[in-house]
Amino acid sequence: MIRLPRFLLRLVLVLTVLVLWQGAVHLFAVPAFILPAPSTIGLALWRGFASGLYLDHLHVTVAETLLGFVFGSILALVLGTVIALSRRVEYFLYPFVVMFQSMPKVALAPLIIVWFGLGLTSKVAQAAVTAFFPLMVNTIAGLRSADEDRVALMRSLDASELQILTMLRVPSAMPFIMAGFEIAMVLSLIGAIVAEFVGAQKGLGVLIMSMTFTMDVAGQFSVLLILSLLGLLLNGIIVLVRKRLLFWDASQKLHADVPAEGGKL
Amino acid sequence: MSALAAAGGKELIAIDHLSKTYLARTGAVTALDDIDFSVGEGQFVAIVGPSGCGKSTLLKILAGLIPASQGEARLSGTPIAGPRRDIGVVFQSPVLFPWRTVLSNALLPVDVQRLGRVQLNAAAMDLLALVGLKGFEQRYPWELSGGMQQRVAMVRALIHNPAILLMDEPFGALDAMTREQMNVELQRIWLERRKTVLFITHSIAEAVFLADRVLVMTPRPGRIMDDVLVELPRPRNLEIMNTPAFGEYVQRIRVRFQATGGLDA
Repeated sequence: MIRLPRFLLRLVLVLTVLVLWQGAVHLFAVPAFILPAPSTIGLALWRGFASGLYLDHLHVTVAETLLGFVFGSILALVLGTVIALSRRVEYFLYPFVVMFQSMPKVALAPLIIVWFGLGLTSKVAQAAVTAFFPLMVNTIAGLRSADEDRVALMRSLDASELQILTMLRVPSAMPFIMAGFEIAMVLSLIGAIVAEFVGAQKGLGVLIMSMTFTMDVAGQFSVLLILSLLGLLLNGIIVLVRKRLLFWDASQKLHADVPAEGGKL
Repeated sequence: MSALAAAGGKELIAIDHLSKTYLARTGAVTALDDIDFSVGEGQFVAIVGPSGCGKSTLLKILAGLIPASQGEARLSGTPIAGPRRDIGVVFQSPVLFPWRTVLSNALLPVDVQRLGRVQLNAAAMDLLALVGLKGFEQRYPWELSGGMQQRVAMVRALIHNPAILLMDEPFGALDAMTREQMNVELQRIWLERRKTVLFITHSIAEAVFLADRVLVMTPRPGRIMDDVLVELPRPRNLEIMNTPAFGEYVQRIRVRFQATGGLDA
């Protein structure tokens, strides 16, 4: 048996699927509004970019996602830290946390549009609200994960609680927080797109909706492709930062070779 | 002649009828019962006892990590009311921070107590060289063997130049060969730096090899039942463990344990 490198096998598999897809569409004369051929999708993609239409919408979605990620993360880190440090705050916030946790955050989108309007703010708010929860949970778990012996060591050195926080608890929490960032980034993109579906003037979500009305299924596929690549890129940035920051984390090295794809919604 | 007088130094640690009672689910448990002894400046005192005799509890009280129930412990004349900066502690595990380099780990007390890295960097380099870690300053703890990690922990305990070094079974987790080697090195460091050391162990041989004086503890409740002055010449090498004089000390202590129901190691 010929032993091909694994990445080559992967590539061959992808190409085979595309060729079969193309062949099947032509063979069975599938209408383009049901399932367009890969070549048609490619053409739609090229046209979209050539006309500047896609970029126009893409940068809006990217801005919403990143801003939502930043605000959601700040909220999650601050709230998570406060809760992790004070059992009392945790006790009083707990009912709100539980209620918020069990609610699908995307269901807030119509309300958020009413509150914040059709502009950028509502998308950022939705992205932030969608993204913040898992990061907050990870921040709490991470800050409480500090090894008891290390805490005892810091105390024996007469360290203040603030020093224990900054010199021990925060570094100990970083693996949890980075994992939280990864999830938050993906969720920000979801939040932004859903809010765009509900009400917006620009963005890839808006583009998909308008393509639905014109039955431009090939166009929709091409936008989905962009969204998928965008998600990969954003996730890749976080993974890169994580590897840089968490060089010391043994658990990191174990799954460093396995890409973080899959498992993410 | 009292053991303290034999050391010739002034009293540095004074433990005055100290007791510690825990509230467990089954009722009050007396971990330490009327512990009363003092340690002279520059003395190397080993406390030997079986597991559960409360020797670690005693060390935690001295480190200011937990309060005593009755009696008090004084360091240089002042009662111990919390963590103090004139104490260095070495725990059973190295308790290093994986995100800090070897040098940076050694300088942790300097960072916590704001003693100034600039002033103490050279001291840390010297100490690391003293324990045989020259050239490893910029490595990370996870790149080191267990014995090397424990040496870093020793440097960290010495860097802020404490009056007293508390060691809680520091070599308990190491293999027998490394352990003997570490004993020789600890003696060498002690002869050079002349710190007052309180060394907790459950190995009689280790206690006799290292100490000027061995305090023998009974289990449940922890009491001191013997105070053995070890008058073997220094520097001691590993061969001394085969001499009759060494054997007599070990035998004397072992007999004490057998009388109370045996020792686990």
